[in-house]
Amino acid sequence: MNNYLTPNVASLPPSGIRKFFDLVATMKDVISLGVGEPDFVTPWTVRESGIFSLEEGQTMYTSNAGLLELREELSHHLNKTFNLSYDPHHEILITAGASEAVDLVMRAVLGPGDVALVPDPSYVSYAPCAILAGASVTYVPTYAREDFRLRVEDLARVYTPNAKLLVLSYPNNPTGAIMNREDLLPIADFANEHDLLVLADDIYSDLTYDQKHVSFASLPGMRDRTLFVNGFSKSYAMTGWRIGYVAGHSGLIQGMTKIHQYTMLCAPIMGQFAAIEALRSASEAKNDMVTAYDRRRRLMVHGFRQMGLDCFEPLGAFYVFPDISKTGLSSEEFAEQLLREEKVAVVPGTAFGPSGEGHIRCSYAYSMEQLQEALKRIAHFVERRLTNL
Amino acid sequence: MLNEEDRRLLKLIAEDCRLTPEELSIQTGLSTDYITKRIIDWENDKVIVGYQPMINWDRTGDEKVSALIEVKVLPQRGYGFDKIAKRLQKYPEVKALFLMSGGYDLSLLIEGKTMQDVALFVAEKLASLEHVQSTATHFVLRRYKQDGIELLGEEETIQRLVVSP
Repeated sequence: MNNYLTPNVASLPPSGIRKFFDLVATMKDVISLGVGEPDFVTPWTVRESGIFSLEEGQTMYTSNAGLLELREELSHHLNKTFNLSYDPHHEILITAGASEAVDLVMRAVLGPGDVALVPDPSYVSYAPCAILAGASVTYVPTYAREDFRLRVEDLARVYTPNAKLLVLSYPNNPTGAIMNREDLLPIADFANEHDLLVLADDIYSDLTYDQKHVSFASLPGMRDRTLFVNGFSKSYAMTGWRIGYVAGHSGLIQGMTKIHQYTMLCAPIMGQFAAIEALRSASEAKNDMVTAYDRRRRLMVHGFRQMGLDCFEPLGAFYVFPDISKTGLSSEEFAEQLLREEKVAVVPGTAFGPSGEGHIRCSYAYSMEQLQEALKRIAHFVERRLTNL
Repeated sequence: MLNEEDRRLLKLIAEDCRLTPEELSIQTGLSTDYITKRIIDWENDKVIVGYQPMINWDRTGDEKVSALIEVKVLPQRGYGFDKIAKRLQKYPEVKALFLMSGGYDLSLLIEGKTMQDVALFVAEKLASLEHVQSTATHFVLRRYKQDGIELLGEEETIQRLVVSP
Protein backbone atom coordinates (compact mmCIF):
# COMPACT_ATOMS: atom_id res chain seq x y z
CA MET A 1 0.00 0.00 0.00
CA ASN A 2 3.07 2.23 0.16
CA ASN A 3 2.37 3.76 -3.22
CA TYR A 4 -0.70 5.49 -1.76
CA LEU A 5 1.54 7.63 0.41
CA THR A 6 2.46 11.07 -0.88
CA PRO A 7 6.09 11.39 -1.95
CA ASN A 8 6.56 13.82 0.93
CA VAL A 9 5.51 11.28 3.53
CA ALA A 10 7.07 8.27 1.82
CA SER A 11 10.48 9.93 1.68
CA LEU A 12 10.37 11.21 5.26
CA PRO A 13 13.01 9.28 7.23
CA PRO A 14 11.72 7.69 10.46
CA SER A 15 13.09 9.31 13.61
CA GLY A 16 16.61 8.12 14.45
CA ILE A 17 15.37 7.78 17.99
CA ARG A 18 12.71 5.30 16.97
CA LYS A 19 15.31 2.98 15.47
CA PHE A 20 17.17 2.97 18.74
CA PHE A 21 14.02 2.52 20.75
CA ASP A 22 13.23 -0.69 18.88
CA LEU A 23 16.68 -2.07 19.66
CA VAL A 24 16.46 -1.23 23.36
CA ALA A 25 13.01 -2.81 23.56
CA THR A 26 14.51 -6.23 22.79
CA MET A 27 16.94 -6.12 25.73
CA LYS A 28 16.63 -6.68 29.47
CA ASP A 29 18.04 -4.81 32.50
CA VAL A 30 18.94 -1.78 30.47
CA ILE A 31 19.64 1.49 32.24
CA SER A 32 18.31 4.07 29.87
CA LEU A 33 19.53 7.63 29.69
CA GLY A 34 17.49 8.02 26.55
CA VAL A 35 14.35 9.63 27.82
CA GLY A 36 13.35 13.16 26.89
CA GLU A 37 10.85 13.68 29.66
CA PRO A 38 11.00 14.43 33.40
CA ASP A 39 11.23 11.51 35.82
CA PHE A 40 9.03 13.42 38.26
CA VAL A 41 5.31 12.87 38.45
CA THR A 42 3.17 15.98 37.92
CA PRO A 43 2.97 17.88 41.26
CA TRP A 44 0.03 16.66 43.32
CA THR A 45 -1.79 19.97 43.46
CA VAL A 46 -1.84 19.99 39.65
CA ARG A 47 -3.02 16.38 39.39
CA GLU A 48 -5.69 17.08 41.97
CA SER A 49 -7.11 19.98 40.02
CA GLY A 50 -7.34 17.76 36.92
CA ILE A 51 -9.24 15.21 38.99
CA PHE A 52 -11.48 17.91 40.42
CA SER A 53 -12.33 19.17 36.94
CA LEU A 54 -13.56 15.66 36.10
CA GLU A 55 -15.63 15.52 39.29
CA GLU A 56 -17.19 18.82 38.30
CA GLY A 57 -18.17 17.30 34.97
CA GLN A 58 -15.84 19.50 32.91
CA THR A 59 -15.67 17.10 30.00
CA MET A 60 -16.70 19.23 27.02
CA TYR A 61 -14.83 20.98 24.23
CA THR A 62 -13.33 24.32 25.12
CA SER A 63 -13.21 27.23 22.68
CA ASN A 64 -10.69 26.65 19.89
CA ALA A 65 -8.19 29.00 21.45
CA GLY A 66 -8.48 27.26 24.83
CA LEU A 67 -10.03 28.28 28.15
CA LEU A 68 -9.95 32.06 28.48
CA GLU A 69 -9.05 31.64 32.14
CA LEU A 70 -5.90 29.75 31.13
CA ARG A 71 -4.98 32.28 28.46
CA GLU A 72 -5.42 35.12 30.94
CA GLU A 73 -3.29 33.34 33.51
CA LEU A 74 -0.65 32.69 30.84
CA SER A 75 -0.66 36.28 29.67
CA HIS A 76 0.01 37.37 33.22
CA HIS A 77 2.69 34.67 33.71
CA LEU A 78 4.54 35.54 30.48
CA ASN A 79 4.56 39.17 31.44
CA LYS A 80 5.91 38.48 34.90
CA THR A 81 8.48 35.88 33.83
CA PHE A 82 9.79 36.96 30.43
CA ASN A 83 8.61 40.54 30.20
CA LEU A 84 6.37 39.62 27.26
CA SER A 85 2.97 41.13 26.66
CA TYR A 86 0.30 39.18 24.81
CA ASP A 87 -3.43 39.86 24.66
CA PRO A 88 -5.15 36.72 25.99
CA HIS A 89 -8.07 37.22 23.58
CA HIS A 90 -6.23 37.36 20.26
CA GLU A 91 -2.59 36.53 20.73
CA ILE A 92 -2.44 33.21 22.61
CA LEU A 93 -3.51 29.82 21.31
CA ILE A 94 -3.57 26.74 23.56
CA THR A 95 -2.41 23.62 21.71
CA ALA A 96 -2.13 19.88 22.29
CA GLY A 97 1.45 20.11 23.49
CA ALA A 98 4.15 22.40 22.15
CA SER A 99 4.58 19.82 19.36
CA GLU A 100 1.25 20.84 17.85
CA ALA A 101 2.26 24.48 18.16
CA VAL A 102 5.46 23.80 16.19
CA ASP A 103 3.45 22.04 13.48
CA LEU A 104 0.89 24.87 13.34
CA VAL A 105 3.58 27.51 12.94
CA MET A 106 5.20 25.58 10.10
CA ARG A 107 1.94 24.90 8.31
CA ALA A 108 0.66 28.45 8.73
CA VAL A 109 3.72 30.23 7.37
CA LEU A 110 5.64 27.76 5.19
CA GLY A 111 4.83 26.36 1.76
CA PRO A 112 6.54 25.12 -1.39
CA GLY A 113 9.55 27.23 -2.28
CA ASP A 114 10.10 28.39 1.30
CA VAL A 115 13.08 27.43 3.40
CA ALA A 116 13.15 26.86 7.15
CA LEU A 117 16.47 27.45 8.89
CA VAL A 118 16.92 24.87 11.63
CA PRO A 119 19.77 24.75 14.16
CA ASP A 120 21.79 21.56 13.98
CA PRO A 121 21.69 19.60 16.21
CA SER A 122 18.19 20.22 17.55
CA TYR A 123 14.92 18.52 18.41
CA VAL A 124 13.82 15.93 15.88
CA SER A 125 10.48 17.46 14.80
CA TYR A 126 11.40 20.77 13.20
CA ALA A 127 12.71 19.49 9.88
CA PRO A 128 9.94 16.90 9.30
CA CYS A 129 7.21 19.45 10.13
CA ALA A 130 8.71 21.95 7.69
CA ILE A 131 8.94 19.28 5.01
CA LEU A 132 5.35 18.17 5.61
CA ALA A 133 4.33 21.80 5.15
CA GLY A 134 5.91 21.60 1.69
CA ALA A 135 8.99 23.67 2.51
CA SER A 136 12.61 22.62 2.50
CA VAL A 137 15.10 22.76 5.34
CA THR A 138 18.55 24.25 5.68
CA TYR A 139 20.53 23.29 8.75
CA VAL A 140 22.54 25.90 10.59
CA PRO A 141 25.43 24.03 12.19
CA THR A 142 26.37 24.76 15.79
CA TYR A 143 29.63 23.72 17.41
CA ALA A 144 30.89 22.49 20.76
CA ARG A 145 33.69 25.10 20.66
CA GLU A 146 30.95 27.78 20.58
CA ASP A 147 29.03 26.07 23.39
CA PHE A 148 26.51 25.02 20.75
CA ARG A 149 25.12 28.53 20.47
CA LEU A 150 23.76 29.63 17.13
CA ARG A 151 26.22 32.15 15.68
CA VAL A 152 25.14 34.78 13.19
CA GLU A 153 28.20 34.03 10.98
CA ASP A 154 27.10 30.43 10.58
CA LEU A 155 23.55 31.59 9.91
CA ALA A 156 24.75 34.04 7.24
CA ARG A 157 26.84 31.33 5.60
CA VAL A 158 23.86 29.05 4.89
CA TYR A 159 21.20 31.73 4.38
CA THR A 160 19.39 31.89 1.04
CA PRO A 161 16.85 34.56 0.06
CA ASN A 162 13.95 32.09 0.05
CA ALA A 163 14.49 31.45 3.77
CA LYS A 164 11.36 32.53 5.60
CA LEU A 165 11.47 31.02 9.07
CA LEU A 166 14.29 30.61 11.56
CA VAL A 167 13.88 28.09 14.37
CA LEU A 168 15.48 28.94 17.70
CA SER A 169 15.35 26.22 20.33
CA TYR A 170 17.20 27.28 23.46
CA PRO A 171 17.72 25.82 26.02
CA ASN A 172 18.49 23.19 23.43
CA ASN A 173 17.59 19.55 23.15
CA PRO A 174 19.96 17.64 22.74
CA THR A 175 22.92 19.85 23.68
CA GLY A 176 21.66 21.68 26.77
CA ALA A 177 23.03 24.92 25.29
CA ILE A 178 21.44 28.24 26.16
CA MET A 179 21.66 31.64 24.48
CA ASN A 180 21.82 34.81 26.53
CA ARG A 181 20.84 38.29 25.47
CA GLU A 182 24.22 39.09 23.92
CA ASP A 183 24.09 35.88 21.90
CA LEU A 184 20.59 36.62 20.66
CA LEU A 185 20.97 40.29 19.67
CA PRO A 186 22.97 39.67 16.45
CA ILE A 187 20.42 37.04 15.47
CA ALA A 188 17.67 39.61 16.00
CA ASP A 189 19.48 42.08 13.73
CA PHE A 190 19.87 39.37 11.12
CA ALA A 191 16.17 38.47 11.31
CA ASN A 192 15.25 42.11 10.88
CA GLU A 193 17.57 42.65 7.99
CA HIS A 194 16.31 39.58 6.12
CA ASP A 195 12.69 39.81 7.21
CA LEU A 196 12.71 36.36 8.83
CA LEU A 197 9.98 35.02 11.05
CA VAL A 198 11.33 33.27 14.15
CA LEU A 199 9.87 30.21 15.78
CA ALA A 200 11.20 30.41 19.34
CA ASP A 201 10.68 27.03 20.93
CA ASP A 202 11.15 27.95 24.58
CA ILE A 203 9.85 24.67 25.99
CA TYR A 204 12.87 24.30 28.33
CA SER A 205 12.79 27.94 29.42
CA ASP A 206 12.25 27.10 33.10
CA LEU A 207 15.10 24.62 33.21
CA THR A 208 18.19 26.83 33.29
CA TYR A 209 20.90 26.55 35.92
CA ASP A 210 23.14 29.54 35.86
CA GLN A 211 21.09 32.40 34.55
CA LYS A 212 17.47 33.19 33.79
CA HIS A 213 16.18 32.40 30.34
CA VAL A 214 15.94 35.31 27.91
CA SER A 215 13.10 35.01 25.47
CA PHE A 216 13.91 36.03 21.90
CA ALA A 217 10.46 37.63 21.66
CA SER A 218 11.41 40.06 24.44
CA LEU A 219 14.25 41.62 22.41
CA PRO A 220 13.59 45.08 20.94
CA GLY A 221 11.38 44.86 17.85
CA MET A 222 11.20 41.06 17.90
CA ARG A 223 7.77 40.53 19.42
CA ASP A 224 5.77 40.57 16.19
CA ARG A 225 8.45 38.69 14.28
CA THR A 226 8.45 35.85 16.78
CA LEU A 227 6.13 32.96 17.37
CA PHE A 228 6.70 32.10 20.99
CA VAL A 229 6.11 28.39 21.60
CA ASN A 230 6.09 26.89 25.05
CA GLY A 231 4.21 24.36 27.17
CA PHE A 232 3.80 22.65 30.49
CA SER A 233 5.51 19.31 29.77
CA LYS A 234 9.04 20.06 30.91
CA SER A 235 8.51 22.79 33.50
CA TYR A 236 5.79 21.03 35.44
CA ALA A 237 6.46 17.39 34.48
CA MET A 238 3.22 17.23 32.48
CA THR A 239 4.24 15.48 29.26
CA GLY A 240 1.22 13.18 29.08
CA TRP A 241 -1.33 15.96 29.57
CA ARG A 242 -0.48 17.45 26.18
CA ILE A 243 -0.80 21.16 26.90
CA GLY A 244 1.29 23.69 25.04
CA TYR A 245 0.72 27.09 23.51
CA VAL A 246 1.87 29.58 20.95
CA ALA A 247 1.79 33.35 21.36
CA GLY A 248 2.44 35.99 18.74
CA HIS A 249 0.98 38.66 16.49
CA SER A 250 -2.81 38.29 16.25
CA GLY A 251 -2.72 37.95 12.45
CA LEU A 252 -0.44 34.92 12.68
CA ILE A 253 -2.28 33.42 15.63
CA GLN A 254 -5.53 33.77 13.71
CA GLY A 255 -4.08 31.78 10.82
CA MET A 256 -2.89 29.04 13.14
CA THR A 257 -6.23 28.97 14.93
CA LYS A 258 -7.89 28.15 11.61
CA ILE A 259 -5.73 25.05 11.14
CA HIS A 260 -6.13 24.12 14.81
CA GLN A 261 -9.94 24.40 14.69
CA TYR A 262 -10.21 22.09 11.70
CA THR A 263 -7.68 19.53 12.85
CA MET A 264 -7.49 19.48 16.66
CA LEU A 265 -10.53 21.57 17.63
CA CYS A 266 -9.16 22.19 21.10
CA ALA A 267 -6.56 20.94 23.57
CA PRO A 268 -7.82 18.47 26.20
CA ILE A 269 -9.95 20.31 28.75
CA MET A 270 -8.74 18.36 31.80
CA GLY A 271 -5.17 19.32 31.00
CA GLN A 272 -6.16 22.95 30.57
CA PHE A 273 -7.63 23.04 34.07
CA ALA A 274 -4.53 21.36 35.43
CA ALA A 275 -2.36 23.91 33.61
CA ILE A 276 -4.18 26.79 35.31
CA GLU A 277 -3.36 25.26 38.67
CA ALA A 278 0.26 24.71 37.62
CA LEU A 279 0.66 28.41 36.89
CA ARG A 280 -1.08 29.46 40.08
CA SER A 281 0.49 27.20 42.65
CA ALA A 282 3.20 24.87 41.41
CA SER A 283 6.12 27.25 41.17
CA GLU A 284 7.74 25.88 44.31
CA ALA A 285 7.39 22.30 43.10
CA LYS A 286 8.91 23.45 39.83
CA ASN A 287 11.86 25.07 41.58
CA ASP A 288 12.49 21.90 43.57
CA MET A 289 12.66 19.92 40.34
CA VAL A 290 15.11 22.44 38.86
CA THR A 291 17.30 22.12 41.96
CA ALA A 292 17.28 18.34 41.63
CA TYR A 293 18.17 18.52 37.92
CA ASP A 294 21.04 20.87 38.71
CA ARG A 295 22.64 18.38 41.12
CA ARG A 296 22.39 15.64 38.56
CA ARG A 297 23.72 17.88 35.81
CA ARG A 298 26.85 18.58 37.82
CA LEU A 299 27.29 14.89 38.59
CA MET A 300 27.04 13.97 34.92
CA VAL A 301 29.46 16.61 33.63
CA HIS A 302 31.95 15.65 36.35
CA GLY A 303 31.46 11.96 35.52
CA PHE A 304 32.18 12.34 31.82
CA ARG A 305 35.18 14.60 32.39
CA GLN A 306 36.58 12.05 34.84
CA MET A 307 36.46 9.51 32.02
CA GLY A 308 38.73 11.78 30.01
CA LEU A 309 36.04 12.90 27.59
CA ASP A 310 35.35 16.51 26.63
CA CYS A 311 31.99 17.53 27.99
CA PHE A 312 30.74 21.04 27.47
CA GLU A 313 28.80 22.33 30.46
CA PRO A 314 25.12 22.47 29.56
CA LEU A 315 23.30 25.35 31.26
CA GLY A 316 19.76 24.36 30.33
CA ALA A 317 17.30 21.50 29.69
CA PHE A 318 18.16 18.08 31.18
CA TYR A 319 20.75 16.65 28.81
CA VAL A 320 24.50 16.37 28.66
CA PHE A 321 26.10 16.04 25.25
CA PRO A 322 29.63 14.70 25.75
CA ASP A 323 32.14 14.42 22.92
CA ILE A 324 32.94 10.75 22.40
CA SER A 325 35.13 11.11 19.31
CA LYS A 326 38.28 10.28 21.34
CA THR A 327 37.07 6.68 21.47
CA GLY A 328 37.44 6.43 17.70
CA LEU A 329 33.77 5.48 17.38
CA SER A 330 30.99 7.24 15.56
CA SER A 331 27.95 8.32 17.59
CA GLU A 332 25.89 5.42 16.35
CA GLU A 333 28.66 2.87 16.94
CA PHE A 334 29.24 4.19 20.43
CA ALA A 335 25.57 4.07 21.35
CA GLU A 336 25.05 0.63 19.90
CA GLN A 337 28.18 -0.96 21.39
CA LEU A 338 27.56 0.66 24.76
CA LEU A 339 24.07 -0.76 24.78
CA ARG A 340 25.21 -4.27 23.88
CA GLU A 341 28.25 -4.38 26.18
CA GLU A 342 27.13 -2.40 29.23
CA LYS A 343 23.37 -2.22 28.78
CA VAL A 344 23.18 1.54 28.96
CA ALA A 345 20.97 3.30 26.44
CA VAL A 346 22.01 6.74 25.21
CA VAL A 347 20.94 8.46 22.01
CA PRO A 348 23.48 9.04 19.22
CA GLY A 349 23.96 12.75 18.56
CA THR A 350 23.26 12.21 14.88
CA ALA A 351 19.60 11.51 15.69
CA PHE A 352 19.36 15.30 16.11
CA GLY A 353 21.13 16.31 12.91
CA PRO A 354 24.48 15.81 11.18
CA SER A 355 26.36 18.15 13.54
CA GLY A 356 25.56 15.78 16.39
CA GLU A 357 28.23 13.40 15.07
CA GLY A 358 30.90 12.68 17.66
CA HIS A 359 28.46 13.20 20.53
CA ILE A 360 25.87 11.26 22.49
CA ARG A 361 22.84 12.65 24.28
CA CYS A 362 22.42 11.52 27.88
CA SER A 363 19.32 12.61 29.72
CA TYR A 364 19.73 13.18 33.44
CA ALA A 365 16.01 13.01 34.18
CA TYR A 366 16.78 9.95 36.34
CA SER A 367 17.44 9.26 39.99
CA MET A 368 20.93 9.85 41.41
CA GLU A 369 21.36 6.10 41.91
CA GLN A 370 20.53 5.31 38.29
CA LEU A 371 22.84 8.04 37.03
CA GLN A 372 25.70 6.86 39.23
CA GLU A 373 25.30 3.29 38.02
CA ALA A 374 25.06 4.41 34.40
CA LEU A 375 28.20 6.54 34.72
CA LYS A 376 30.06 3.59 36.19
CA ARG A 377 29.10 1.38 33.27
CA ILE A 378 29.90 4.04 30.68
CA ALA A 379 33.29 4.61 32.34
CA HIS A 380 34.12 0.89 31.96
CA PHE A 381 33.17 1.02 28.32
CA VAL A 382 35.14 4.18 27.60
CA GLU A 383 38.19 2.89 29.44
CA ARG A 384 38.22 -0.25 27.31
CA ARG A 385 37.95 1.77 24.13
CA LEU A 386 40.62 4.28 25.12
CA THR A 387 43.15 1.62 26.14
CA ASN A 388 42.59 -0.27 22.90
CA LEU A 389 43.52 2.72 20.81
CA MET B 1 19.87 34.33 57.51
CA LEU B 2 21.16 31.65 55.16
CA ASN B 3 22.28 32.62 51.70
CA GLU B 4 20.90 30.69 48.73
CA GLU B 5 23.97 28.44 48.36
CA ASP B 6 24.05 27.51 52.03
CA ARG B 7 20.33 26.84 52.05
CA ARG B 8 20.73 24.47 49.13
CA LEU B 9 23.65 22.75 50.83
CA LEU B 10 21.77 22.33 54.09
CA LYS B 11 18.72 20.95 52.26
CA LEU B 12 20.92 18.41 50.51
CA ILE B 13 22.40 17.29 53.82
CA ALA B 14 18.92 17.09 55.34
CA GLU B 15 17.86 14.88 52.47
CA ASP B 16 20.84 12.53 52.65
CA CYS B 17 23.42 13.06 55.37
CA ARG B 18 25.56 10.22 54.05
CA LEU B 19 26.83 12.38 51.19
CA THR B 20 30.52 13.11 51.68
CA PRO B 21 31.89 16.65 51.28
CA GLU B 22 33.44 15.45 48.00
CA GLU B 23 30.08 14.25 46.68
CA LEU B 24 28.38 17.42 47.88
CA SER B 25 31.04 19.42 46.09
CA ILE B 26 30.40 17.66 42.78
CA GLN B 27 26.67 18.16 43.08
CA THR B 28 26.71 21.80 44.14
CA GLY B 29 29.82 23.26 42.54
CA LEU B 30 30.97 24.54 45.97
CA SER B 31 34.50 23.64 47.07
CA THR B 32 35.11 20.68 49.37
CA ASP B 33 36.97 22.95 51.82
CA TYR B 34 34.07 25.36 52.00
CA ILE B 35 31.57 22.57 52.56
CA THR B 36 33.67 20.91 55.26
CA LYS B 37 34.08 24.20 57.10
CA ARG B 38 30.39 25.03 56.78
CA ILE B 39 29.35 21.67 58.21
CA ILE B 40 31.67 22.12 61.20
CA ASP B 41 30.24 25.62 61.77
CA TRP B 42 26.71 24.29 61.64
CA GLU B 43 27.54 21.50 64.04
CA ASN B 44 29.13 23.96 66.47
CA ASP B 45 26.21 26.37 66.18
CA LYS B 46 23.74 23.50 66.74
CA VAL B 47 22.18 24.14 63.37
CA ILE B 48 22.97 20.52 62.59
CA VAL B 49 22.04 18.72 65.82
CA GLY B 50 22.42 15.12 64.72
CA TYR B 51 22.52 12.60 61.90
CA GLN B 52 19.86 9.90 61.91
CA PRO B 53 18.48 7.46 59.38
CA MET B 54 14.69 7.47 59.00
CA ILE B 55 13.48 4.06 60.06
CA ASN B 56 10.03 2.69 59.52
CA TRP B 57 9.89 0.51 62.65
CA ASP B 58 6.51 -0.86 61.59
CA ARG B 59 8.33 -2.94 58.95
CA THR B 60 10.82 -4.45 61.38
CA GLY B 61 8.35 -6.62 63.25
CA ASP B 62 9.45 -5.04 66.53
CA GLU B 63 6.54 -3.97 68.68
CA LYS B 64 6.38 -0.29 69.28
CA VAL B 65 3.60 1.95 70.46
CA SER B 66 3.34 5.68 70.00
CA ALA B 67 0.95 8.15 71.52
CA LEU B 68 0.30 11.85 71.28
CA ILE B 69 -0.47 13.31 74.68
CA GLU B 70 -2.17 16.63 75.24
CA VAL B 71 -1.20 18.16 78.55
CA LYS B 72 -2.76 21.10 80.33
CA VAL B 73 -0.26 22.81 82.60
CA LEU B 74 -0.40 25.63 85.10
CA PRO B 75 2.34 28.03 84.01
CA GLN B 76 4.79 28.98 86.73
CA ARG B 77 5.51 32.55 87.60
CA GLY B 78 8.83 33.66 86.16
CA TYR B 79 9.27 30.51 84.06
CA GLY B 80 6.09 30.13 82.01
CA PHE B 81 6.10 26.62 80.59
CA ASP B 82 9.87 26.28 80.19
CA LYS B 83 10.58 24.83 83.59
CA ILE B 84 8.21 21.91 83.25
CA ALA B 85 9.20 21.43 79.60
CA LYS B 86 12.84 21.18 80.60
CA ARG B 87 11.92 18.48 83.04
CA LEU B 88 9.73 16.54 80.63
CA GLN B 89 12.26 16.52 77.78
CA LYS B 90 14.66 14.54 79.98
CA TYR B 91 12.49 11.40 79.79
CA PRO B 92 13.78 9.07 77.05
CA GLU B 93 10.18 8.07 76.28
CA VAL B 94 9.45 11.61 75.14
CA LYS B 95 10.43 11.75 71.47
CA ALA B 96 9.02 15.19 70.75
CA LEU B 97 7.69 18.00 72.87
CA PHE B 98 5.91 21.15 71.74
CA LEU B 99 4.22 24.13 73.35
CA MET B 100 0.89 24.55 71.57
CA SER B 101 -1.66 27.27 71.03
CA GLY B 102 -5.32 26.33 71.49
CA GLY B 103 -7.14 24.03 73.88
CA TYR B 104 -4.13 22.61 75.70
CA ASP B 105 -0.55 23.61 76.41
CA LEU B 106 2.05 20.90 75.82
CA SER B 107 2.00 18.18 73.21
CA LEU B 108 4.16 15.11 73.78
CA LEU B 109 5.00 12.32 71.40
CA ILE B 110 5.66 9.25 73.52
CA GLU B 111 7.13 5.96 72.39
CA GLY B 112 7.07 2.69 74.35
CA LYS B 113 7.16 -1.03 73.73
CA THR B 114 3.59 -1.65 74.80
CA MET B 115 0.45 0.30 75.59
CA GLN B 116 1.14 -0.48 79.25
CA ASP B 117 4.47 1.29 79.01
CA VAL B 118 2.80 4.41 77.71
CA ALA B 119 -0.08 4.19 80.20
CA LEU B 120 2.39 3.76 83.04
CA PHE B 121 4.41 6.74 81.93
CA VAL B 122 1.32 8.93 81.80
CA ALA B 123 -0.04 7.78 85.14
CA GLU B 124 3.17 7.67 87.13
CA LYS B 125 5.45 10.25 85.59
CA LEU B 126 3.33 12.77 83.79
CA ALA B 127 -0.06 13.14 85.49
CA SER B 128 1.46 13.17 88.94
CA LEU B 129 3.75 16.10 88.18
CA GLU B 130 3.06 19.25 90.07
CA HIS B 131 1.41 21.91 87.81
CA VAL B 132 0.04 19.27 85.39
CA GLN B 133 -3.71 19.77 85.44
CA SER B 134 -4.90 17.13 82.98
CA THR B 135 -3.75 14.79 80.22
CA ALA B 136 -5.43 13.19 77.21
CA THR B 137 -3.70 10.27 75.50
CA HIS B 138 -4.20 9.45 71.80
CA PHE B 139 -2.60 6.26 70.55
CA VAL B 140 -1.23 6.14 67.04
CA LEU B 141 -2.92 3.38 65.06
CA ARG B 142 -0.95 3.60 61.84
CA ARG B 143 1.77 5.78 60.33
CA TYR B 144 1.15 6.91 56.76
CA LYS B 145 3.71 9.65 56.39
CA GLN B 146 6.62 10.68 58.55
CA ASP B 147 9.20 13.44 58.12
CA GLY B 148 7.96 14.04 54.59
CA ILE B 149 8.33 10.38 53.59
CA GLU B 150 5.27 8.46 52.41
CA LEU B 151 5.42 5.17 54.29
CA LEU B 152 2.44 3.53 52.64
CA GLY B 153 4.27 3.63 49.31
CA GLU B 154 1.83 3.41 46.44
CA GLU B 155 4.82 1.82 44.66
CA GLU B 156 4.45 4.05 41.65
CA THR B 157 5.15 1.65 38.82
CA ILE B 158 4.87 4.32 36.19
CA GLN B 159 6.56 3.31 32.98
CA ARG B 160 8.22 5.93 30.83
CA LEU B 161 9.22 5.08 27.29
CA VAL B 162 12.80 3.78 27.31
CA VAL B 163 13.91 6.20 24.63
CA SER B 164 12.03 9.32 23.57
CA PRO B 165 12.93 12.55 21.77
